[in-house]
Amino acid sequence: MTVSDVKIQVDKVYKIFGSRPDDAMAALHAGAGKAEVLQKTGCIVGLKGIDFSIHSGETFVIMGLSGSGKSTLIRHFNRLIEPTAGRILVDGRNIMDMNAKELLAFRRSGISMVFQRFGLLPHQTVLENTICGPILQGVDRREALKRGMEQLELVGLKGFENRFPRQLSGGMQQRVGLARALATQADVLLMDEAFSALDPLIKSDMQEQLKEIQARLKKTIIFITHDLDEALHLGDRIAILKDGELRQVGTGEEILFRPADDYVERFVRKVDLSRALYANDAFAKVPVLTQAEAAGDQTAALLRQHPAVIVAHGTEMRVLTSCEPHSTRRVAHIDAAATLGQSFPLLAGDKTVVVMDCGSPAGILTREMAFKALSRSARAA
Amino acid sequence: MADNFPELVDTRGLRFAIDDGFSWVVANYGDTLERLLGPLLKLLGAMEAFLQWLPWYVTIAGIALLTYSASRNLRMTGSAIVMLFFIGAVGLWNDAMATVALMLAATVVSVVVGIPLGILMARSDWLRSIALPLLNIMQTLPIFVYLIPFVMLFGPGKIPAILATVFFAIPPVIRLTDLGIRQVDGEVVEAIVAFGATPSQKLVKVQIPLALPTIMAGINQTTMMALSMVVIASMIGAGGLGYQVLQGIQRLEVSRGLVAGIAIVFLAVIFDRIAQSYGRRAQKHLEHGE
Repeated sequence: MTVSDVKIQVDKVYKIFGSRPDDAMAALHAGAGKAEVLQKTGCIVGLKGIDFSIHSGETFVIMGLSGSGKSTLIRHFNRLIEPTAGRILVDGRNIMDMNAKELLAFRRSGISMVFQRFGLLPHQTVLENTICGPILQGVDRREALKRGMEQLELVGLKGFENRFPRQLSGGMQQRVGLARALATQADVLLMDEAFSALDPLIKSDMQEQLKEIQARLKKTIIFITHDLDEALHLGDRIAILKDGELRQVGTGEEILFRPADDYVERFVRKVDLSRALYANDAFAKVPVLTQAEAAGDQTAALLRQHPAVIVAHGTEMRVLTSCEPHSTRRVAHIDAAATLGQSFPLLAGDKTVVVMDCGSPAGILTREMAFKALSRSARAA
Repeated sequence: MADNFPELVDTRGLRFAIDDGFSWVVANYGDTLERLLGPLLKLLGAMEAFLQWLPWYVTIAGIALLTYSASRNLRMTGSAIVMLFFIGAVGLWNDAMATVALMLAATVVSVVVGIPLGILMARSDWLRSIALPLLNIMQTLPIFVYLIPFVMLFGPGKIPAILATVFFAIPPVIRLTDLGIRQVDGEVVEAIVAFGATPSQKLVKVQIPLALPTIMAGINQTTMMALSMVVIASMIGAGGLGYQVLQGIQRLEVSRGLVAGIAIVFLAVIFDRIAQSYGRRAQKHLEHGE
């Protein structure tokens, strides 16, 4: 990643709650712990030395249990909460230096937010709620209505624009919240436990919808959650927060297999790996031959170097191994982006499946490979 | 015999000092204050004159329409008409209109002053911690205690009457405006701020609309308290139905007091129903957004 890719940089942010923040900061710098600071100064340490950067177009998940400071942290990005110390740079600009007018402009067009309990105005229709951002931006009403309708269509709420929030289910209300946030056309989207209040089925629908929208719009998303499965599913990178301190920042795989400390390790232990890992993480690349090439004599040579060879003929695929160099059986295939769990039904019927990358065969996934990927100890070894 | 409480302070000297001080204020600033409150007197006078000038059937029709538009209930509207008819039939129409004028003027002043105060209180915990005990005192201090200085300042008449009424009736609207705004869902307020609303946009677009049912309840209470002050206000020259009750007491005429008393109750019922129905409609609007 080059420097220009950094969209948001969080630089040593501290947040102290209480009446003596200066004393608390001094105590922290002197090496006091959270409990000690509370005892000495009566102040609560909300965030301690938070330091990370977020890249443009990335979905960055901040995850932690309640009380970890994640909701406090996300409110720093649009200054709903002011830090006690530190800087947050968005596009290289320190938002702490903004005066009241600049801050308003930044909140109107630079950043938008989706809330856990939706935060919709109960006395306004779905459409009026959606255009709240553009109206505050000063966009003319007709244009705002047009934009609002586009966003409602995007989230699948066309036809509901004249309903009121209370007439909709929780999932639909949150889609209004999402449409409202998208309507401002801001680059950065803050999502504060956006799907935590929804029931599990609706939640996974919303996750898929967010992924689709993100694939199209390429926003920089900061997503807060206490659900590790959700974090692994949505996040390009994940930050783990505990007691106001950052424990680890990394990709899902790094968090799962190289936990930085005991806390993260305990945290990830319960994760359902079959949903958190993808075929991409477990398969082995093997040579792919056409029907004509396979008829030649290079197959045997290739099988000496590789565990298997794929012979592709259109969508029909065979896998040749040294045990079965002349297999004629058709083998099922799975996309590299599918979770390992999705390959289980196929692997139950067949020892091997072909993994497709961008529509063309790339390698094979065997039962052993899948098991090995799922067993943590094998990974660590 | 038990011991008397020892006299620690010379209260007579203190009281004389207070009385002299107040007399000095009255002598030096009484006229200025009276002139300052001239517009208030004009407002009350104009309202009274207008209500008494308006033909009775127009007034009844107007109030009936108001009741119906608030409640959408024919029975309620019908009973309002009957009650007003009774007031007219027993010869208390003009007195009733004077009372309504006093009540409305006091309510208008209370709302105009009280809602902004309530909004300020909701914004500042510091102000709230000062204002709450003051409001408690205003509501519990016996009315006659502050009637004395008002009468001394302005002389008996309509100005002290309306001021005393406002003083007595304003606490609920302040309290409930403050409460209503504080009860607005924090996340909704946070959302509108996150989208870049200025503090005044936040107030107008979210806080006041969502607090409206509570504010309406406050206005309703204020109206009722203003009406309950009319008898006392009549002692210092407000006239109206209260004066009839007062005369009933002075002349020991049970009938006069009773009839005027019933008329006051009827007015209270009518205005309470109108205000409550509006409050309910505001609430419903929030729930179903109709």
